[in-house]
Amino acid sequence: MEILLAIMVGTLYAAGIYMILRRSLVKLIIGIILLGNGANLLIFLLGRIAKGQPPIIPEASKTFLEAYSDPLPQALILTAIVISFGLQSFAIILVKRAHKVVKTDDLDEMNATDEYS
Amino acid sequence: MLAAILSGFLFSLFLVVAGKYFRGKLAVLSAIIPLGLFIYFFSFIGRVSNGEVIRQSYEWVPSFGLNLHFTLDGLSLLFSLLITGIGFLVFAYTASYLKGHSYLDRFYGYLGIFMGAMLGLVLSDNLLSMFLFWELTSISSFFLIGFNNTSEASRKSAVLALAITGTGGFLLLAGALLLGSVAGTYSISEMLSLSGAIAQSEYYLWIVLLLFGAAFTKSAQFPFHFWLPGAMKAPTPVSTYLHSATMVKAGIYLLLRFTPVLGNTELWNTTLIIVGGITMFYAAVHTLFRTDLKGVLAYSTISVLGLLVFLIGLGTQYALTAAAVYIIVHALYKATLFLVTGIIDHETGTRDITVLSGLRKVMWPVAIIGFLAAISSAGMPPTVGFVGKDLVYEATLQMEEWSVILTIIAIATNILVLYAGFVVGIKPFTGKLPEDYSKVHMPPMLMWVPPAILAVLGLIVGVFPSIIDGPLIKPVVDAVGGAGSEVHLKLWHGFNLVLLLSAITLAVGITLYFVLKPSAKREEAIAKFEVVSPKNLVTEFGRNFRKLSEVWTGLFQNGFLRNYVSTIILFLILLVGYSLFTTDRGFPLDLTSFSRVTYYEMVIMGVMFLSVLFVVGAKSRLTAVVAMGIVGYAICLLFVIYSAPDLAMTQFSIDTLTVILFVLVLSSLPKYLSITDYKMRIKDGILSSLFGILITLISLEVLAEPVNKEISEFYADNAYVLAHGKNVVNVILVDFRGTDTLIEISVLTVAALGVFSLLKLRLRKDERNIND
Repeated sequence: MEILLAIMVGTLYAAGIYMILRRSLVKLIIGIILLGNGANLLIFLLGRIAKGQPPIIPEASKTFLEAYSDPLPQALILTAIVISFGLQSFAIILVKRAHKVVKTDDLDEMNATDEYS
Repeated sequence: MLAAILSGFLFSLFLVVAGKYFRGKLAVLSAIIPLGLFIYFFSFIGRVSNGEVIRQSYEWVPSFGLNLHFTLDGLSLLFSLLITGIGFLVFAYTASYLKGHSYLDRFYGYLGIFMGAMLGLVLSDNLLSMFLFWELTSISSFFLIGFNNTSEASRKSAVLALAITGTGGFLLLAGALLLGSVAGTYSISEMLSLSGAIAQSEYYLWIVLLLFGAAFTKSAQFPFHFWLPGAMKAPTPVSTYLHSATMVKAGIYLLLRFTPVLGNTELWNTTLIIVGGITMFYAAVHTLFRTDLKGVLAYSTISVLGLLVFLIGLGTQYALTAAAVYIIVHALYKATLFLVTGIIDHETGTRDITVLSGLRKVMWPVAIIGFLAAISSAGMPPTVGFVGKDLVYEATLQMEEWSVILTIIAIATNILVLYAGFVVGIKPFTGKLPEDYSKVHMPPMLMWVPPAILAVLGLIVGVFPSIIDGPLIKPVVDAVGGAGSEVHLKLWHGFNLVLLLSAITLAVGITLYFVLKPSAKREEAIAKFEVVSPKNLVTEFGRNFRKLSEVWTGLFQNGFLRNYVSTIILFLILLVGYSLFTTDRGFPLDLTSFSRVTYYEMVIMGVMFLSVLFVVGAKSRLTAVVAMGIVGYAICLLFVIYSAPDLAMTQFSIDTLTVILFVLVLSSLPKYLSITDYKMRIKDGILSSLFGILITLISLEVLAEPVNKEISEFYADNAYVLAHGKNVVNVILVDFRGTDTLIEISVLTVAALGVFSLLKLRLRKDERNIND
């Protein structure tokens, strides 16, 4: 399964970068989201994956009695998901706004700041 | 001594606050500071001439070996007296010369910084602090040259001077660090006893070359001399003070200071003789072609600097004595000539020697001053110049090898320096007074008294050379390693070869002056050679370097997002890929440690893969967004399967929110365009596929490595014990790393505010018009 996941991570990265390289603004945002998903999955995978061992201490115990999956990558990813949501929502609204003002969707036409105030 | 150095800086600081009161009549009061310092240093003459070396030290950054150790020996004392003495006259002169200038306070501020830095430079015993002061002199010189900052020529000259002297400062730092590491100390006085070991060191060559680079750039030696004539764009007091009397002698000071440490080797002496010899002759010839008074003075200054380097290269007691005397001689007459030039410029508004004449009729005291300075530069008796020139000839004649050639060069240079002195000091005052200048009047006292003091001093010292011999010259020679010198200064040596040579110099020089009148034609003629001059080469280099950096910047900073991204990705692929495939670790992929693939996992992966393809290939925005949502839910499922319930919940809600947000604004979003052609798409596709493969390979590689769970174990063990929570992920977020979470929430708040204001933002009518 790890190999499949590794390939999946690679696919997400490749797709993300490909979308970022497009000239269309909407594709750029989708690319960023895909890349973010890929990164989360990468961290998750590298923290080693295991089934049925959530990092929750059993009811009657003070510490873990059995094997548990690594909580640290999970905490990191949780933060990352939330932050990337902030980024995405801001980017989406920004694109909407920019499109309204600049009236173009082509990134190549948006590389000068002087023309629009 | 620290107070003496700081006073200049404090004065500048004071002007920042109280500058506006100093632009008027109070300006002349600033001369009190250098005068006080002059008296202070003057009081040390007795002790220093008895062979005493006064030391003071303060700790500054001892961990770097950077301390404020100051020594006052003969050499430092001579320079300190020059800096404060000439400084006093220049400060006073400026008050009148730049009277009413709206930036007079700023000017004094720069002068104050310069004076402090220059004193620090000559008093420092620590090489590193010396370097700092060295740089400060370059920087204050930059501001002073560019003082008329509305003139493009001034600004260019200032930049050129800073480029050259700044490069020199860099070399000095490198040389100082190398010397410090070889000697094991940055204290110059401690290096004295190590000179043998330093000369044996394998780095000796580099140390000497680096210090030479510093000295030659600062003291305008060929081929780095060209910044000095440009520096004449500065107001005349600056030329007098920095670019003739003191700052340009910093290089000379450096060479003298290190003569006992690094000197007396073939490399040291030969290089200095050659460079000094070329400089003094080359620059002296150049004076023939100048019609601007300050241009003539600039080249004759370079010539004298060359002579000083040349004398240090000869290295005998006679030569070092001659060098010490010549520093005083030059300061006395060249500063006078500069100040006289300033008066002429100030009163007539021109410095063109071809139009100036007969000014003695309107300003005879200035004419006398100019005459005295001119004959001193010519080395006529009974001026101090004569004493100095005699010593130079003595020094060259005494050399065992090449003495004839060296003497001939010295004579030729002196002839031309005489010519230069006469052109500046005598020519403007003789002949007929043009009609235009009949209204010219005497300058204020404050302007002609300072050069008068210097000119008279030159005369007095010339008649009684013994007044500087014991108190000033001998301690200098002692300090630079010629201890126990038997050379004494005399005006009259009797009839001998030296006197004959002096007579020849005078005769030829005066003839030259009468035969060869300065003409604009000659100046134009030599301008044709400007193309191959070092100055032109350096400016060309600077221009081309800028062009190159423009092309370079344009190549990478081209304003197209996808080019930036491709560059970064390509670079990553090449770099990481290279190290991935060249480091030979094998590929220890242990398949047995991996978990098996169940069929439902296969389904999830399949869906995910298809969705990604859909996202990439979608023709409509809605398809892409929906497919992207499916990718997110698939990841969510993976989290569920692989024991991450919190992640699954977060991913689920966030993914939903993102899709909803997208759909909400979809109608106002731009149409989904495919702008790029298929070639571009194939190129990008290859690039991103390579990147994806790279990531896959890296993650597989990492999976083969053992994992370190130390931190996780700490959290797991203490989640309940310390934080009383059973869900370890939650405990980490809200307890162990609670502050991080708080900051994260703030980030989200800011993003939310941004979203809100972007949505609510309405352009006013006038703003809207700009966009149309």
